[in-house]
Amino acid sequence: MTPLLAISDLSVAFDSDAGEIKAVDHINFDIRRGEVVGLVGESGSGKSVTTLAILRLIPRPGRITSGRVHFDGIDLAALSENEMRHVRGARIAMISQTPRTALNPVIPVGRQVARLFMLHGRLSRKDAEKRTLDMLSMVRIPDPGRRAQQYAHQLSGGMCQRVMIAMALATSPQLLLADEPTTGLDASIAVHILDLLREMGKKTGAAILFITHDLGVVAEICDRVTVMHAGQVVESAPVRTIFHAPAHPYTRALIRSIPRLDREVAMEPIPGSVPSLLTPPPGCRYVERCGWADHCCWRARPPLDAIAPDHLLACYGYGNDRATD
Amino acid sequence: MSTLPLSTSSPQHSRSRMIWQRIRRNPVSFAALCVIAIITLAAIFAPLIAPYMPDEPDAVAALQAPSRQHWLGADMYGRDLLSRIIFAARIDLSVAFAATACALAVGALAGAAVGYRGGWVDNIAMRGVDSIMAFPAFVLAMGITAALGNSTVNVAIAIAITQIPSYLRLIRGEMLRVREMEYADAARTVGNPTWRIVVVHLLPNCLPPLIVQSTLAMGFALLTMASLSFIGLGIQPPQSEWGVMTAEGAQQIVTGEWWLFLFPGLAIMITVLSFNLIGDGLRDLLDPRMRGIR
Amino acid sequence: MRMHFALGGLGAFLSELRGRARPVVRAVENVSFDVGSGETLALVGESGCGKSTVARCLVRLLDPTAGSIRYDGAELATLDAAEFGPFRRHIQMVFQDPTASLNPRLTARRMIEEPIMLHTNLSHRQRRDRVDELLDQVDLGRDLGDRYAHELSGGQRQRVNIARAIATDPRFVVLDEPTSALDVSLRSRAILLLENLRSRRGLSYLFISHDLATVRYLANRVAVMYLGAIVETGTTDEVFARPLHPYTRALLASVPVPDPDAKRDAFTLSGEIPSPIDIDSGCRLRGRCPLAQAICAQPVPVREVAAGREVACHLV
Repeated sequence: MTPLLAISDLSVAFDSDAGEIKAVDHINFDIRRGEVVGLVGESGSGKSVTTLAILRLIPRPGRITSGRVHFDGIDLAALSENEMRHVRGARIAMISQTPRTALNPVIPVGRQVARLFMLHGRLSRKDAEKRTLDMLSMVRIPDPGRRAQQYAHQLSGGMCQRVMIAMALATSPQLLLADEPTTGLDASIAVHILDLLREMGKKTGAAILFITHDLGVVAEICDRVTVMHAGQVVESAPVRTIFHAPAHPYTRALIRSIPRLDREVAMEPIPGSVPSLLTPPPGCRYVERCGWADHCCWRARPPLDAIAPDHLLACYGYGNDRATD
Repeated sequence: MSTLPLSTSSPQHSRSRMIWQRIRRNPVSFAALCVIAIITLAAIFAPLIAPYMPDEPDAVAALQAPSRQHWLGADMYGRDLLSRIIFAARIDLSVAFAATACALAVGALAGAAVGYRGGWVDNIAMRGVDSIMAFPAFVLAMGITAALGNSTVNVAIAIAITQIPSYLRLIRGEMLRVREMEYADAARTVGNPTWRIVVVHLLPNCLPPLIVQSTLAMGFALLTMASLSFIGLGIQPPQSEWGVMTAEGAQQIVTGEWWLFLFPGLAIMITVLSFNLIGDGLRDLLDPRMRGIR
Repeated sequence: MRMHFALGGLGAFLSELRGRARPVVRAVENVSFDVGSGETLALVGESGCGKSTVARCLVRLLDPTAGSIRYDGAELATLDAAEFGPFRRHIQMVFQDPTASLNPRLTARRMIEEPIMLHTNLSHRQRRDRVDELLDQVDLGRDLGDRYAHELSGGQRQRVNIARAIATDPRFVVLDEPTSALDVSLRSRAILLLENLRSRRGLSYLFISHDLATVRYLANRVAVMYLGAIVETGTTDEVFARPLHPYTRALLASVPVPDPDAKRDAFTLSGEIPSPIDIDSGCRLRGRCPLAQAICAQPVPVREVAAGREVACHLV
C-alpha cells in the first residue's frame, strides 16, 4: 500500500549573512492513509520547516536543497505553482498554533468558511452557506447560525480553533497538517480539540500530521511517532513502542526530561543543547549530547534503518551494550 | 514563531564583515551616504578646498562660462561659482541639520511624554499638533519667517516649528505601542523611575521610524530654506546660499548664462535626493536585530 | 516571612454602556493566601482566572482595588508608587514571555545589571562582577552576556529573565508562567534551576502556572483559581491525589499524560469559560459543572476540611 505522503532525502537550507543554515538534513518519513502521525522535536528540530516544505511554502531565503516529496503518488516538486495551489488547501490542509491570527479579522467567520466551498468546491453561495453550517456543527460549535455571523475576535481561542478545523476539513483533504494546534489553548479546551481532531480524522479518512513538542499530547492522539533532532529524523515507530521501548538515545532522553503528573520520577534535562545549524556535526547531530557516541557517529550520518517491523532507527549504537543508557 | 532557524546561538563574527554585509544590502543608501559625507566634508574644509574666496570679485571674469579657471563659471561680479557653491553648503547644511536636530529633540521628548501619559494631556497635545499641521508646511514657514524677520537663525526656527508636529505624532504613536510591551513592565518591576523607563527603555525602541523620517525631513528642510530665500525671505544676498544663488541665476537665464542657475539648483537637488535615499540604509544599520539576517 | 494577600473586587472598568452603570470586570474576588519563608505556593488555573492579575498586583504593576498585602509585617497595598519603590528590591518577578520581557535594544548584561544599579551603590566594577556571578548561577556562559535578546535561544532568554529577577537578592519572587513559553524538553532545566536557586538563597516563590506537571515538581502548596476566586487549597500532594473541588478534578483530568496506555479520567466540564464581566453570585462553575445542583446558586462558603486544606464547594 503506497503511503499517502512519502518524504525522501529531503533537505532544506536557509541563506544568512553568516552562512548556510542547514535546517533539515536528508530526512525520510512516510504518512499512511488515515493515520495520525506525530512529529516530535524541540524548537529548531526542523519540524515546522518540514511542513512548509511539504506545502512548498518555504520563505526566502530558504530553499529545498535535496530530496523529494511524493503526495498520493505525485511528485510535488514537479508541479507548477498553479497546480500546487490546487493541492494546498484542497488536498493538503493546515491548521496552526494561533487560530485567531490565522482568521481574517474583518470578515465574519462563516463567510470565510463559505468562501472555501465556493472556491474549491464550486458551490453557489446558498449551498456554500448551508454546507458551512453543517461543517460548524460537525466541529461541535454550539449555535452555529449565530456564530457564523461573528468575527474572529468575538470567539474564544477554542472556538477559533474549531473554525480553523472546519475550514481545513471543508474541502475534504486527504492530509491535515496540524502545527501545534493545542499549544495556545487551555488544558480543558485542548482536550476537546484533540478529541475533535481524532474524531474528524476517523470520520473523513484524512491522515493527520501532528507537530508538537508535547509528549503528553502525542501519547493521547497519535498512532505513530517520528522524532526529529536538529533537522534529522532519529526514530520512527508506533506510539506505544516510542514510549515503552524507545531505541534512540535522544528519544529516551526526551522522555526522561519531561515533568510528569502521573509518576514520581526524577526529571533529567537533556545534556547539552541543540547544535548550531550553521556548523552542525557532519554525521549524527546528536553526537555532542549523546552518552554513547563513537567515531562513526561523527563521520557519517547514520542511515534510517528498520530494526523491527515498522520501527525505524538512525543510530549506530543500537545492538551494542547500552544498558547504561 | 520559531519556524525560521535564524541566528540562534550563532557565533559573533567580525564587525567589519558585518558592516560590509550591510553596505552590500543597501548599495543605494550607501552611495547616498557617501555623497552627503563628501558634501559635508567639503563644507567643513571649504577654505582649504575652494579655489577662490566666495566674495572675491574679478571684473575680468564677469559672466564667464565654465572654463579652466572657473570650473563652474563666474557670476556677474566675477565671483567663482564653484567656490560660492562650496561655501554656501555651510549655511544650507548647518541650517538643515540644526533645524532638524532641534525639531527632533523637542518633538521626540514631547511625543514620548505625551504618549506615555495618555489621558487629557495626550488629547490636548494632539489637537495642538492637528492645528499646526493644518497649515501647509511652506506657508507656515513663510509666515513665521516673515514674523520673526529675515535671518539665518529665524529660518532655522521656522523650519524646526514646521517639523516638530510630525515627530511628536510619530513618537507618540510608537510610544502607545511600546508602553504595552512586557519589557516596559519588567523595567518598572525592576525599580526604574518613570522617566528612566521612558527615556532609557522605551524611547530607543520608538526611534527606527523616526530615523527615516528625519533624513527625509532634512531634505525637506533644505528645500524649504532654499525656497524661502528664492522668494526673498530669510537669507538675503550677498550671503551665498544655494536658494539665493538659484534666484539670482534665474534672472540671468534670459540672457543665456545658464550655469548661474543650473549648478546651484543641481546642488540642491543632489543633496536633497541623497538625504531621501539614506533613510532606509541608516535605519537598518542601527537596528541590532538586523545583525545576521540577509 | 509571611505574605498575606486578600483582595476585594478588583475592577478593570470597561467603557460605559448607554445609560447602564459601568460593567465591572471582577478579575479577582476575595483572594486570600499566605506564603511562608522558603516556601513555594502555586497558583493554578486557566486563562481568565485572575492569576496574572494577582501577580501584577504583588509587584505593583496594578493597584489592588481593596484588600491587604503584607510582606514581612509591612502593609503594602496602601502604599503609593514612591513608597513601594524600596520594596521592589525584595519582591521581584520572572515574566512569562522571555522574548517580550527583554528589551530588544539592550544586551543581556545591561538588563541584569540594571536592578543592581538602581538599588545599590556598587561601583561599575563591582556590578560587573555581580553580573558575572549571576550569569554563572543561571548557567549562562559569560560571553552570552554581551548578546542581544534575539541572539539567544528561548531557554537562554528565560535564564536572563531569571538572573534579572534575582539580581538584587530578593526574598520573594513571583514566577508568572516561567516555563510556558519553553519547549517541554527545556522545562526541566528551568525548573531545576529555579528549585536550585530557591534552596540556595532561601527564596519564597509564588508560582503561577497552568502546567500541572511542573507545579507538582516545584510547589509545596497549591491554590486552584477559577474566574477570579480560589476554589481549593492544600499541599500539592494532597490536592493532586485527592482533588475535592470539581474544577480541580476536571483540570487534573485534562492534562495529557505521556503514556499511551493511560486511561484518562473522563470528568470534563461542558461549555467554555464564561466572561468575567458581571458574574452573578453563587458558584462560578455552575454552568459547566456536571455535578451542579440547585444549592449551587447560593454564594459558596469556603470550608476548611483539614489543616491548611480549604475548598469552596457546596457539595463537599
